[in-house]
Amino acid sequence: MAVIKIPNNKTPIKEQDPKERIHNFGEVVLGYTLEEAVAEANRCLQCVNQPCVAGCPVNIDIPGFILALRNRDLPKSTQILKSYNNLPAVCGRVCPQESQCEGRCTVGKMKDHEPVAIGKLERFVADWEANQGIVNIPEIPSQKLGRVAIIGAGPAGLTAAADLAKMGYEVKIFEALHAAGGVLMYGIPEFRLPKSIVEREVNFIKSLGVEIDTDSIAGRSVTISELKNEFDAIFIGTGAGTPSFMNIPGTNLNGVYSASEFLTRINLMHAYKFPESDTPVRLGKHVVVVGAGNVAMDASRSALRLGAESVKIVYRRSEEEMPARIEEYHHAIEEGIEFHWLTNPIEYIGDDKGNLTAVKCIKMKLGEPDASGRRRPIPIDGSEFIIEADMAIEAIGQTSNKVLLSAFPELKLTPHGYIEADPETGQTSVEGVFAGGDIVTGAATVILAMGAGKKSAKAIDEYIKSKKAVL
Amino acid sequence: MFEITSKEKIATKEYEIWVKAPKVASHAKPGQFVVIRTSLNGERIPLTIADFNVEKGEIRLIFQAVGKTTYEMATMKVGDALQDVAGPLGHPSEIKKYGTVMMIGGGVGIAAILPILKELKRAGNKVITILGGRSADLVILKDECEKFSDELLVTTDDGSMGMKGVVTDGMKEIVKRGEKIDQAWSIGPTVMMKFSAYTAKELGIPIFVSLNPIMVDGTGMCGACRVTVGKNIRFACVDGPEFDGYEVNWDELMNRLRQYKDQEKISLENYMARVGDLSWL
Repeated sequence: MAVIKIPNNKTPIKEQDPKERIHNFGEVVLGYTLEEAVAEANRCLQCVNQPCVAGCPVNIDIPGFILALRNRDLPKSTQILKSYNNLPAVCGRVCPQESQCEGRCTVGKMKDHEPVAIGKLERFVADWEANQGIVNIPEIPSQKLGRVAIIGAGPAGLTAAADLAKMGYEVKIFEALHAAGGVLMYGIPEFRLPKSIVEREVNFIKSLGVEIDTDSIAGRSVTISELKNEFDAIFIGTGAGTPSFMNIPGTNLNGVYSASEFLTRINLMHAYKFPESDTPVRLGKHVVVVGAGNVAMDASRSALRLGAESVKIVYRRSEEEMPARIEEYHHAIEEGIEFHWLTNPIEYIGDDKGNLTAVKCIKMKLGEPDASGRRRPIPIDGSEFIIEADMAIEAIGQTSNKVLLSAFPELKLTPHGYIEADPETGQTSVEGVFAGGDIVTGAATVILAMGAGKKSAKAIDEYIKSKKAVL
Repeated sequence: MFEITSKEKIATKEYEIWVKAPKVASHAKPGQFVVIRTSLNGERIPLTIADFNVEKGEIRLIFQAVGKTTYEMATMKVGDALQDVAGPLGHPSEIKKYGTVMMIGGGVGIAAILPILKELKRAGNKVITILGGRSADLVILKDECEKFSDELLVTTDDGSMGMKGVVTDGMKEIVKRGEKIDQAWSIGPTVMMKFSAYTAKELGIPIFVSLNPIMVDGTGMCGACRVTVGKNIRFACVDGPEFDGYEVNWDELMNRLRQYKDQEKISLENYMARVGDLSWL
């Protein structure tokens, strides 16, 4: 058997210098050139059993699009990619590939080898198409099969909408904010996911005939009964957008933010361009960020780019339990974010004007594993200490938004307040109403939400067809 | 885009506009608000829905020019359009037959009191309204409020109209003459709501207040508008904006309202430097 020699490491990708990039919101990772992409595509073994595909929540034909890329047939590569994924430029950038496709890659299982950079290749192909200036629109059936309402224009809703439009449904998305994209617009910063790319992918979905009604709050601007009357089925993809607060003393001092508010001001409202943009944001000199997920990384790195002198992440567990993507953690370290493990805030301290001046923390130790399987953090008595700070950002998680749910009382919820839905179809307790993404699972990833949108689109198609067959 | 169909100056730096927003108009109830954005670079600000016309698909907004966004709105003309109008947001007011209700409005907050008092009157309540302002010209919507009230009392700081004093003087006056008040509402500047809540407590009158914290999205996804009510953190945009006046932590609210004072000043100065003379507002 011939031994194929594969380079051990991923083809390096150009990035902005950390010393430069902490002063701007431009994208950190600059992307592959065609030659680099082809070199990386050549590392793929084209395995027959395709373990990478099983690791992808929307089961992209990964060896297929990589083979086309290797053959420099980029139109074909794009076409393969887009037949599975409606937002490839987004997924290539924000998916936690290490725990999905790349985590299963055969090359990555070989001694001293990194997996194939599938995410970076996906991104390359999607960007290549956009840079051609002509985006291929798949043929849409002209005979309409029915009407579907989608609530929420985040990754789940956009995916469900695109798939249904391709099948031949008339689709209308109701979005509460003034821009479509959900967390892609208000949550993930420009330096990870440029908003022009989100807009580009949203425009692709509109080009499939999907109507997006912004400034439309389902349950308020349009009622559930109106939706039921006008549409054959409803898909709910409203996400988990309500921030949790630790509720420690001083939470309402000036300078204490939820990460949701801080990031919304920056990403959706462009507060980093103030006063060119009207929305202000506080410019902290010494910032404490609570939590160690992707949201905490995004908030800390954004605070740095607004001009903070020091940014400290405090996390009640240790590095090992940190939920953030490894790539973003490395970027944060390169940029000078400080990490304080096994540390938890217990009080925000303010001055007589109500402004935050310090965060009182306590050291933690890890005890026995809890219900989630992670070792439970326990405070160490007498270990309290003070971190001086004029801004604190809590990134400790989000829960379901109650605006829609309170307007839809017949929907059955889980004990944690999310919608109870069949994991395979998204079918809820109400006939003709489907749900997917964070509103079902709690805060998870973009690609899982997209996978749920895809499954529901299929189930909605079957539901409407069977209903119409009976009539 | 949401077209402005009429515009009228109702006091110094105070304007009333009607805006085409059919989805808001057809679902709005008294006590609710919208979040608007003037332009693509604009910020999102909350404004109470002062009235709505379902047939025309229009809502009435009343605002005071206090900063960049409201100055900009004040310069907009009929036929111009707001970039975004999202709503109706917040819980509607609890309209029912209480008996005698006391409606207290101050400054531009009078616009928020009007739709509630109209509905309360329609629900069969006896409505006593107190309107307050620094001077006579700032007491807006007096005739409309009078039309739907059984009694109207005006207080002005300088005595240029009605009783000289503040709204709490009016509240005490009405109770002193023996009127039994079953429920009160107070909407206006935070400091006015704070003292009317204190006075209502002294007088033993239950009181709703409509809080006006800083908001961004207005749909419960950020917590910018959080307030302490009783011992709990509540989001005014989805849990309110109306709360029991006895329970609100007023000093904290006023403090949080000052959070962006410096930047608000910069934004307005930049705008004024760009557009020139605005003394006519």
